[in-house]
Amino acid sequence: MIWKIFLFLLISFISVAGIAFPIVENPESWYEFPNIPGLEENAKIIFFHVPTAWLTVIAFLMSTVFSFKYLKNKNLDDDAKAYASAQLGMIFCILATVTGAVWAKFAWGAFWSWDPRQTSIFALLLIYGALFALRSSIESEEKRATLSSVYSVLAFVTVPFFIFIMPRIMKGLHPGSADDTGAGPVVNFQMNSSMQLIFFLSLIGFTILYFWMWQISYKSIIIRDKLNKHLIRG
Amino acid sequence: MIAKAIALFKKDYHSELRTRYAINSLAMFIIVAISVILFAVGQEKLSEGLAGGLFWVVIFFTAMSGLARAFVSEEERGTSLTLQLIAAPSTVFSGKLLFNIILVFCMNTVIALLYAALFESFVIKNFSLFVFAFVIGNIGLAVSSTIIAAIIAKAGAKGTLYPVLSFPILLPLILTSVQLTLFALDGTSIEDAKFELAIVVSYDVVMLTVSYMLFDFIWKD
Repeated sequence: MIWKIFLFLLISFISVAGIAFPIVENPESWYEFPNIPGLEENAKIIFFHVPTAWLTVIAFLMSTVFSFKYLKNKNLDDDAKAYASAQLGMIFCILATVTGAVWAKFAWGAFWSWDPRQTSIFALLLIYGALFALRSSIESEEKRATLSSVYSVLAFVTVPFFIFIMPRIMKGLHPGSADDTGAGPVVNFQMNSSMQLIFFLSLIGFTILYFWMWQISYKSIIIRDKLNKHLIRG
Repeated sequence: MIAKAIALFKKDYHSELRTRYAINSLAMFIIVAISVILFAVGQEKLSEGLAGGLFWVVIFFTAMSGLARAFVSEEERGTSLTLQLIAAPSTVFSGKLLFNIILVFCMNTVIALLYAALFESFVIKNFSLFVFAFVIGNIGLAVSSTIIAAIIAKAGAKGTLYPVLSFPILLPLILTSVQLTLFALDGTSIEDAKFELAIVVSYDVVMLTVSYMLFDFIWKD
Protein backbone atom coordinates (compact mmCIF):
# COMPACT_ATOMS: atom_id res chain seq x y z
CA MET A 1 0.00 0.00 0.00
CA ILE A 2 2.77 2.41 0.95
CA TRP A 3 4.37 1.64 -2.42
CA LYS A 4 1.25 2.58 -4.30
CA ILE A 5 1.01 5.94 -2.52
CA PHE A 6 4.70 6.55 -3.17
CA LEU A 7 4.31 5.65 -6.83
CA PHE A 8 1.24 7.87 -7.16
CA LEU A 9 3.10 10.83 -5.67
CA LEU A 10 6.18 10.15 -7.81
CA ILE A 11 4.29 9.88 -11.10
CA SER A 12 2.15 12.93 -10.26
CA PHE A 13 5.27 14.94 -9.48
CA ILE A 14 6.96 13.84 -12.71
CA SER A 15 3.90 14.65 -14.81
CA VAL A 16 3.47 18.09 -13.28
CA ALA A 17 7.19 18.87 -13.23
CA GLY A 18 7.83 17.53 -16.72
CA ILE A 19 5.06 19.56 -18.29
CA ALA A 20 4.91 22.70 -16.16
CA PHE A 21 8.50 23.58 -15.24
CA PRO A 22 9.60 26.48 -17.41
CA ILE A 23 12.44 26.39 -19.90
CA VAL A 24 14.62 29.48 -19.58
CA GLU A 25 17.87 30.75 -21.06
CA ASN A 26 19.88 30.76 -17.83
CA PRO A 27 18.37 28.47 -15.20
CA GLU A 28 18.78 29.78 -11.65
CA SER A 29 16.11 28.19 -9.47
CA TRP A 30 15.97 24.44 -9.04
CA TYR A 31 12.76 24.14 -11.04
CA GLU A 32 14.02 25.77 -14.23
CA PHE A 33 15.23 23.78 -17.23
CA PRO A 34 17.97 24.99 -19.57
CA ASN A 35 17.21 25.84 -23.17
CA ILE A 36 18.72 23.12 -25.38
CA PRO A 37 19.45 24.51 -28.86
CA GLY A 38 17.36 22.81 -31.51
CA LEU A 39 14.87 21.36 -29.04
CA GLU A 40 13.47 24.31 -27.06
CA GLU A 41 10.03 23.48 -25.63
CA ASN A 42 10.03 20.11 -27.42
CA ALA A 43 12.63 18.89 -24.94
CA LYS A 44 9.93 18.25 -22.36
CA ILE A 45 8.62 15.14 -24.10
CA ILE A 46 11.93 13.46 -23.22
CA PHE A 47 10.49 12.75 -19.74
CA PHE A 48 7.76 10.60 -21.27
CA HIS A 49 9.23 9.32 -24.54
CA VAL A 50 12.49 7.89 -23.25
CA PRO A 51 10.92 5.93 -20.32
CA THR A 52 8.39 4.29 -22.65
CA ALA A 53 11.15 3.25 -25.07
CA TRP A 54 13.21 2.02 -22.12
CA LEU A 55 10.28 -0.02 -20.79
CA THR A 56 9.67 -1.53 -24.22
CA VAL A 57 13.12 -3.05 -24.03
CA ILE A 58 12.87 -3.96 -20.32
CA ALA A 59 9.54 -5.69 -20.92
CA PHE A 60 11.03 -7.62 -23.82
CA LEU A 61 14.02 -8.58 -21.67
CA MET A 62 11.76 -9.81 -18.85
CA SER A 63 9.61 -11.69 -21.35
CA THR A 64 12.70 -13.41 -22.74
CA VAL A 65 14.07 -14.21 -19.28
CA PHE A 66 10.83 -15.90 -18.28
CA SER A 67 10.55 -17.64 -21.68
CA PHE A 68 14.00 -19.04 -21.05
CA LYS A 69 12.92 -20.09 -17.56
CA TYR A 70 9.88 -21.80 -19.02
CA LEU A 71 12.02 -23.76 -21.47
CA LYS A 72 14.19 -24.85 -18.56
CA ASN A 73 11.53 -25.78 -15.97
CA LYS A 74 8.35 -26.23 -18.06
CA ASN A 75 6.37 -24.33 -15.45
CA LEU A 76 3.32 -22.68 -17.04
CA ASP A 77 3.43 -19.83 -14.49
CA ASP A 78 6.65 -18.66 -16.12
CA ASP A 79 4.90 -18.59 -19.47
CA ALA A 80 2.12 -16.47 -17.95
CA LYS A 81 4.78 -14.05 -16.68
CA ALA A 82 6.45 -13.89 -20.08
CA TYR A 83 3.11 -13.33 -21.80
CA ALA A 84 2.06 -10.60 -19.35
CA SER A 85 5.38 -8.84 -19.88
CA ALA A 86 5.02 -9.05 -23.66
CA GLN A 87 1.53 -7.53 -23.44
CA LEU A 88 2.85 -4.60 -21.43
CA GLY A 89 5.81 -4.32 -23.78
CA MET A 90 3.43 -4.00 -26.73
CA ILE A 91 1.56 -1.16 -24.98
CA PHE A 92 4.77 0.70 -24.16
CA CYS A 93 6.09 0.04 -27.67
CA ILE A 94 3.02 1.70 -29.19
CA LEU A 95 3.35 4.59 -26.73
CA ALA A 96 7.04 5.01 -27.58
CA THR A 97 6.29 4.94 -31.30
CA VAL A 98 3.51 7.52 -30.99
CA THR A 99 5.35 9.89 -28.64
CA GLY A 100 8.44 9.51 -30.80
CA ALA A 101 6.50 10.27 -33.98
CA VAL A 102 4.93 13.37 -32.38
CA TRP A 103 8.33 14.57 -31.22
CA ALA A 104 9.82 13.85 -34.64
CA LYS A 105 7.10 15.93 -36.32
CA PHE A 106 8.05 19.00 -34.31
CA ALA A 107 11.80 18.45 -34.10
CA TRP A 108 12.62 16.99 -37.52
CA GLY A 109 9.57 17.98 -39.56
CA ALA A 110 8.05 14.58 -40.32
CA PHE A 111 6.25 11.95 -38.30
CA TRP A 112 8.34 9.16 -39.74
CA SER A 113 11.68 9.18 -41.53
CA TRP A 114 13.19 5.67 -41.08
CA ASP A 115 15.83 6.85 -38.69
CA PRO A 116 17.67 3.72 -37.36
CA ARG A 117 15.96 3.98 -33.98
CA GLN A 118 12.59 4.35 -35.65
CA THR A 119 13.44 1.26 -37.67
CA SER A 120 14.31 -0.66 -34.54
CA ILE A 121 11.17 0.34 -32.63
CA PHE A 122 9.20 -0.68 -35.72
CA ALA A 123 11.00 -4.05 -35.71
CA LEU A 124 10.15 -4.48 -32.01
CA LEU A 125 6.52 -3.70 -32.80
CA LEU A 126 6.62 -6.37 -35.53
CA ILE A 127 8.22 -8.87 -33.15
CA TYR A 128 5.53 -8.30 -30.52
CA GLY A 129 2.84 -8.55 -33.18
CA ALA A 130 4.30 -11.77 -34.55
CA LEU A 131 4.52 -13.21 -31.03
CA PHE A 132 0.81 -12.58 -30.41
CA ALA A 133 -0.10 -13.92 -33.87
CA LEU A 134 1.87 -17.09 -33.09
CA ARG A 135 0.26 -17.45 -29.67
CA SER A 136 -3.26 -17.07 -30.99
CA SER A 137 -2.69 -19.68 -33.70
CA ILE A 138 -1.94 -22.56 -31.31
CA GLU A 139 -4.60 -24.33 -29.28
CA SER A 140 -2.61 -26.54 -26.95
CA GLU A 141 -1.37 -24.72 -23.87
CA GLU A 142 2.03 -26.39 -23.55
CA LYS A 143 2.80 -26.20 -27.25
CA ARG A 144 1.85 -22.54 -27.31
CA ALA A 145 4.08 -21.83 -24.34
CA THR A 146 7.04 -23.70 -25.83
CA LEU A 147 6.83 -22.26 -29.32
CA SER A 148 6.27 -18.69 -28.19
CA SER A 149 9.15 -19.03 -25.72
CA VAL A 150 11.43 -20.27 -28.48
CA TYR A 151 10.32 -17.43 -30.72
CA SER A 152 10.88 -14.75 -28.12
CA VAL A 153 14.40 -16.02 -27.36
CA LEU A 154 15.10 -16.17 -31.09
CA ALA A 155 13.80 -12.64 -31.58
CA PHE A 156 15.72 -11.34 -28.59
CA VAL A 157 19.10 -12.25 -30.05
CA THR A 158 18.40 -9.94 -33.00
CA VAL A 159 17.76 -6.97 -30.70
CA PRO A 160 21.48 -6.10 -30.21
CA PHE A 161 21.71 -5.68 -33.98
CA PHE A 162 18.95 -3.09 -33.89
CA ILE A 163 19.93 -1.26 -30.73
CA PHE A 164 23.70 -1.24 -30.91
CA ILE A 165 24.74 -1.85 -34.51
CA MET A 166 22.16 -0.31 -36.86
CA PRO A 167 22.33 3.20 -35.33
CA ARG A 168 26.11 3.13 -35.76
CA ILE A 169 26.10 2.34 -39.48
CA MET A 170 22.97 4.05 -40.73
CA LYS A 171 22.66 7.79 -41.00
CA GLY A 172 20.22 8.95 -38.39
CA LEU A 173 18.62 11.85 -36.62
CA HIS A 174 18.76 10.64 -33.02
CA PRO A 175 21.74 11.66 -30.90
CA GLY A 176 24.56 9.14 -31.12
CA SER A 177 24.06 8.21 -34.80
CA ALA A 178 26.81 7.45 -37.29
CA ASP A 179 26.91 10.96 -38.71
CA ASP A 180 26.27 12.80 -35.44
CA THR A 181 28.87 15.50 -35.08
CA GLY A 182 27.18 17.26 -32.17
CA ALA A 183 27.91 16.88 -28.51
CA GLY A 184 26.54 13.35 -28.40
CA PRO A 185 23.77 12.10 -26.15
CA VAL A 186 21.57 14.88 -24.83
CA VAL A 187 21.41 13.31 -21.40
CA ASN A 188 25.06 13.64 -20.52
CA PHE A 189 26.00 16.99 -21.87
CA GLN A 190 23.13 19.35 -22.33
CA MET A 191 20.80 18.71 -19.41
CA ASN A 192 21.31 20.57 -16.18
CA SER A 193 21.04 18.79 -12.85
CA SER A 194 17.34 19.53 -12.28
CA MET A 195 16.46 18.21 -15.72
CA GLN A 196 18.55 15.11 -15.14
CA LEU A 197 16.87 14.61 -11.76
CA ILE A 198 13.38 14.69 -13.27
CA PHE A 199 14.57 12.50 -16.14
CA PHE A 200 15.96 9.77 -13.90
CA LEU A 201 13.03 10.05 -11.46
CA SER A 202 10.78 9.53 -14.46
CA LEU A 203 12.73 6.45 -15.53
CA ILE A 204 12.50 5.04 -11.98
CA GLY A 205 8.81 5.91 -11.65
CA PHE A 206 7.88 4.31 -14.96
CA THR A 207 9.96 1.22 -14.15
CA ILE A 208 8.14 0.75 -10.82
CA LEU A 209 4.84 1.30 -12.64
CA TYR A 210 5.80 -1.41 -15.13
CA PHE A 211 6.66 -3.93 -12.42
CA TRP A 212 3.42 -3.22 -10.60
CA MET A 213 1.31 -3.57 -13.74
CA TRP A 214 3.21 -6.70 -14.66
CA GLN A 215 2.55 -8.28 -11.27
CA ILE A 216 -1.19 -7.62 -11.47
CA SER A 217 -1.29 -8.83 -15.05
CA TYR A 218 0.50 -12.15 -14.59
CA LYS A 219 -1.35 -12.90 -11.35
CA SER A 220 -4.66 -12.40 -13.13
CA ILE A 221 -3.55 -14.66 -16.00
CA ILE A 222 -2.50 -17.40 -13.58
CA ILE A 223 -5.76 -17.14 -11.60
CA ARG A 224 -7.82 -17.18 -14.79
CA ASP A 225 -6.06 -20.32 -15.99
CA LYS A 226 -6.64 -21.99 -12.61
CA LEU A 227 -10.33 -21.06 -12.67
CA ASN A 228 -10.69 -22.40 -16.21
CA LYS A 229 -9.12 -25.71 -15.21
CA HIS A 230 -11.33 -25.83 -12.12
CA LEU A 231 -14.45 -25.27 -14.24
CA ILE A 232 -13.43 -27.97 -16.72
CA ARG A 233 -12.76 -30.52 -14.02
CA GLY A 234 -16.12 -29.64 -12.48
CA MET B 1 26.20 -37.41 -36.87
CA ILE B 2 27.44 -35.75 -40.05
CA ALA B 3 26.85 -38.97 -42.00
CA LYS B 4 23.28 -39.13 -40.65
CA ALA B 5 22.68 -35.49 -41.49
CA ILE B 6 23.88 -36.11 -45.04
CA ALA B 7 21.63 -39.18 -45.26
CA LEU B 8 18.70 -37.00 -44.18
CA PHE B 9 19.65 -34.44 -46.79
CA LYS B 10 19.74 -37.18 -49.45
CA LYS B 11 16.29 -38.35 -48.39
CA ASP B 12 14.93 -34.81 -48.83
CA TYR B 13 16.79 -34.46 -52.10
CA HIS B 14 15.36 -37.67 -53.54
CA SER B 15 11.82 -37.00 -52.40
CA GLU B 16 12.16 -33.52 -53.87
CA LEU B 17 13.36 -34.92 -57.19
CA ARG B 18 10.42 -37.32 -57.23
CA THR B 19 7.75 -34.62 -56.97
CA ARG B 20 9.78 -31.50 -57.92
CA TYR B 21 7.20 -29.54 -55.93
CA ALA B 22 9.56 -27.02 -54.30
CA ILE B 23 11.73 -26.49 -57.36
CA ASN B 24 8.82 -25.99 -59.74
CA SER B 25 6.86 -23.71 -57.46
CA LEU B 26 9.97 -21.68 -56.58
CA ALA B 27 10.94 -21.28 -60.23
CA MET B 28 7.44 -20.15 -61.13
CA PHE B 29 7.32 -17.84 -58.12
CA ILE B 30 10.57 -16.17 -59.16
CA ILE B 31 9.27 -15.60 -62.69
CA VAL B 32 5.95 -14.26 -61.44
CA ALA B 33 7.56 -11.95 -58.87
CA ILE B 34 10.08 -10.54 -61.32
CA SER B 35 7.48 -10.01 -64.02
CA VAL B 36 5.24 -8.19 -61.53
CA ILE B 37 8.16 -5.87 -60.82
CA LEU B 38 8.86 -5.46 -64.54
CA PHE B 39 5.23 -4.56 -65.23
CA ALA B 40 5.17 -2.17 -62.29
CA VAL B 41 8.33 -0.46 -63.49
CA GLY B 42 7.13 -0.23 -67.09
CA GLN B 43 9.23 2.14 -69.15
CA GLU B 44 10.76 3.90 -66.14
CA LYS B 45 14.47 3.63 -65.67
CA LEU B 46 15.28 2.13 -62.29
CA SER B 47 17.98 3.74 -60.19
CA GLU B 48 20.74 1.50 -58.84
CA GLY B 49 19.46 1.85 -55.28
CA LEU B 50 15.96 0.78 -56.23
CA ALA B 51 17.21 -2.21 -58.25
CA GLY B 52 19.33 -3.40 -55.29
CA GLY B 53 16.36 -3.04 -52.94
CA LEU B 54 13.93 -4.82 -55.27
CA PHE B 55 16.47 -7.64 -55.63
CA TRP B 56 16.07 -8.37 -51.91
CA VAL B 57 12.29 -8.00 -52.06
CA VAL B 58 12.14 -10.86 -54.56
CA ILE B 59 14.63 -12.92 -52.54
CA PHE B 60 12.66 -12.45 -49.32
CA PHE B 61 9.28 -13.38 -50.75
CA THR B 62 10.65 -16.32 -52.73
CA ALA B 63 12.29 -17.66 -49.58
CA MET B 64 9.03 -17.20 -47.69
CA SER B 65 7.10 -19.11 -50.33
CA GLY B 66 9.43 -22.09 -50.56
CA LEU B 67 11.53 -22.68 -47.47
CA ALA B 68 8.76 -23.67 -45.06
CA ARG B 69 8.39 -26.94 -46.97
CA ALA B 70 11.36 -28.55 -45.19
CA PHE B 71 9.49 -29.14 -41.95
CA VAL B 72 5.89 -28.69 -43.04
CA SER B 73 6.18 -31.66 -45.43
CA GLU B 74 7.31 -33.91 -42.55
CA GLU B 75 4.27 -32.89 -40.51
CA GLU B 76 1.93 -33.33 -43.48
CA ARG B 77 3.20 -36.81 -44.25
CA GLY B 78 3.19 -37.68 -40.56
CA THR B 79 6.84 -38.72 -40.70
CA SER B 80 8.14 -36.37 -38.03
CA LEU B 81 7.63 -38.97 -35.26
CA THR B 82 9.75 -41.50 -37.16
CA LEU B 83 12.44 -38.86 -37.61
CA GLN B 84 12.35 -38.17 -33.89
CA LEU B 85 13.01 -41.85 -33.25
CA ILE B 86 15.89 -42.36 -35.64
CA ALA B 87 17.89 -39.15 -35.26
CA ALA B 88 18.96 -36.63 -32.66
CA PRO B 89 17.36 -33.17 -33.01
CA SER B 90 20.62 -31.50 -34.01
CA THR B 91 21.10 -34.08 -36.78
CA VAL B 92 17.63 -33.41 -38.14
CA PHE B 93 18.29 -29.71 -38.07
CA SER B 94 21.63 -30.10 -39.86
CA GLY B 95 20.04 -32.17 -42.62
CA LYS B 96 17.18 -29.73 -43.16
CA LEU B 97 19.53 -26.77 -42.98
CA LEU B 98 21.81 -28.27 -45.63
CA PHE B 99 18.83 -28.80 -47.92
CA ASN B 100 17.57 -25.25 -47.40
CA ILE B 101 21.03 -23.72 -47.88
CA ILE B 102 21.36 -25.45 -51.24
CA LEU B 103 17.83 -24.45 -52.20
CA VAL B 104 18.51 -20.81 -51.26
CA PHE B 105 21.74 -20.79 -53.25
CA CYS B 106 20.06 -22.17 -56.40
CA MET B 107 17.10 -19.83 -56.04
CA ASN B 108 19.16 -16.70 -55.42
CA THR B 109 21.61 -17.47 -58.21
CA VAL B 110 18.68 -17.70 -60.63
CA ILE B 111 17.25 -14.43 -59.27
CA ALA B 112 20.63 -12.69 -59.61
CA LEU B 113 21.09 -13.94 -63.18
CA LEU B 114 17.59 -12.85 -64.15
CA TYR B 115 18.14 -9.45 -62.56
CA ALA B 116 21.42 -8.99 -64.39
CA ALA B 117 19.71 -9.91 -67.66
CA LEU B 118 16.48 -7.93 -67.24
CA PHE B 119 17.40 -4.76 -65.36
CA GLU B 120 19.77 -2.36 -67.06
CA SER B 121 20.76 -0.65 -63.82
CA PHE B 122 21.63 -3.93 -62.09
CA VAL B 123 25.28 -3.95 -63.13
CA ILE B 124 27.69 -5.31 -60.55
CA LYS B 125 30.87 -3.27 -60.46
CA ASN B 126 32.60 -5.07 -57.59
CA PHE B 127 32.02 -8.75 -58.30
CA SER B 128 34.05 -10.25 -55.43
CA LEU B 129 32.21 -8.13 -52.84
CA PHE B 130 28.88 -9.17 -54.36
CA VAL B 131 29.80 -12.87 -54.20
CA PHE B 132 31.07 -12.60 -50.63
CA ALA B 133 27.95 -10.72 -49.45
CA PHE B 134 25.73 -13.08 -51.46
CA VAL B 135 27.23 -16.22 -49.84
CA ILE B 136 27.07 -15.04 -46.22
CA GLY B 137 23.66 -13.42 -46.79
CA ASN B 138 22.27 -16.66 -48.21
CA ILE B 139 23.55 -18.68 -45.26
CA GLY B 140 21.91 -16.28 -42.80
CA LEU B 141 18.66 -16.36 -44.77
CA ALA B 142 18.67 -20.17 -44.82
CA VAL B 143 19.43 -20.51 -41.09
CA SER B 144 16.71 -18.11 -39.93
CA SER B 145 14.08 -19.43 -42.30
CA THR B 146 14.82 -23.04 -41.33
CA ILE B 147 14.33 -22.45 -37.61
CA ILE B 148 11.16 -20.42 -38.21
CA ALA B 149 9.94 -23.18 -40.54
CA ALA B 150 10.33 -25.63 -37.65
CA ILE B 151 8.20 -23.38 -35.41
CA ILE B 152 5.58 -22.97 -38.15
CA ALA B 153 5.39 -26.71 -38.79
CA LYS B 154 4.68 -27.36 -35.11
CA ALA B 155 2.16 -24.52 -34.98
CA GLY B 156 0.04 -26.34 -37.57
CA ALA B 157 1.56 -24.97 -40.79
CA LYS B 158 -0.18 -21.63 -40.93
CA GLY B 159 0.96 -20.29 -44.29
CA THR B 160 0.45 -16.61 -43.64
CA LEU B 161 2.25 -16.79 -40.32
CA TYR B 162 5.59 -17.69 -41.90
CA PRO B 163 6.54 -14.30 -43.40
CA VAL B 164 5.07 -12.56 -40.33
CA LEU B 165 7.35 -14.47 -37.97
CA SER B 166 10.39 -14.39 -40.25
CA PHE B 167 10.44 -10.74 -41.20
CA PRO B 168 11.48 -9.22 -37.85
CA ILE B 169 14.14 -11.91 -37.41
CA LEU B 170 15.48 -11.38 -40.93
CA LEU B 171 15.31 -7.59 -40.83
CA PRO B 172 18.90 -6.93 -39.65
CA LEU B 173 20.16 -9.32 -42.33
CA ILE B 174 18.03 -7.81 -45.08
CA LEU B 175 18.89 -4.21 -44.21
CA THR B 176 22.61 -4.95 -44.18
CA SER B 177 22.45 -7.10 -47.31
CA VAL B 178 20.60 -4.38 -49.23
CA GLN B 179 23.37 -2.02 -48.19
CA LEU B 180 26.03 -4.51 -49.33
CA THR B 181 24.28 -5.05 -52.66
CA LEU B 182 24.28 -1.28 -53.17
CA PHE B 183 28.00 -1.22 -52.38
CA ALA B 184 28.61 -3.95 -54.96
CA LEU B 185 26.58 -1.99 -57.55
CA ASP B 186 28.47 1.20 -56.69
CA GLY B 187 31.83 -0.50 -56.91
CA THR B 188 32.81 0.14 -53.29
CA SER B 189 35.90 -1.83 -52.25
CA ILE B 190 35.70 -4.74 -49.80
CA GLU B 191 37.86 -2.74 -47.39
CA ASP B 192 35.17 -0.03 -47.11
CA ALA B 193 32.38 -2.57 -46.69
CA LYS B 194 34.07 -4.69 -44.05
CA PHE B 195 31.92 -3.41 -41.18
CA GLU B 196 28.71 -4.45 -42.98
CA LEU B 197 30.27 -7.78 -43.90
CA ALA B 198 31.21 -8.31 -40.24
CA ILE B 199 27.59 -7.64 -39.22
CA VAL B 200 26.28 -10.28 -41.61
CA VAL B 201 28.91 -12.81 -40.49
CA SER B 202 28.08 -12.19 -36.83
CA TYR B 203 24.37 -12.47 -37.61
CA ASP B 204 25.04 -15.87 -39.25
CA VAL B 205 27.03 -17.09 -36.25
CA VAL B 206 24.50 -15.84 -33.69
CA MET B 207 21.51 -17.30 -35.51
CA LEU B 208 23.25 -20.62 -36.15
CA THR B 209 24.17 -21.02 -32.47
CA VAL B 210 20.75 -20.01 -31.16
CA SER B 211 18.99 -22.24 -33.70
CA TYR B 212 20.94 -25.31 -32.66
CA MET B 213 20.27 -24.52 -29.00
CA LEU B 214 16.55 -23.93 -29.44
CA PHE B 215 15.74 -26.62 -31.98
CA ASP B 216 15.66 -29.33 -29.27
CA PHE B 217 12.72 -27.58 -27.59
CA ILE B 218 10.76 -27.23 -30.81
CA TRP B 219 11.39 -30.77 -32.03
CA LYS B 220 10.64 -32.72 -28.87
CA ASP B 221 7.05 -32.29 -27.80
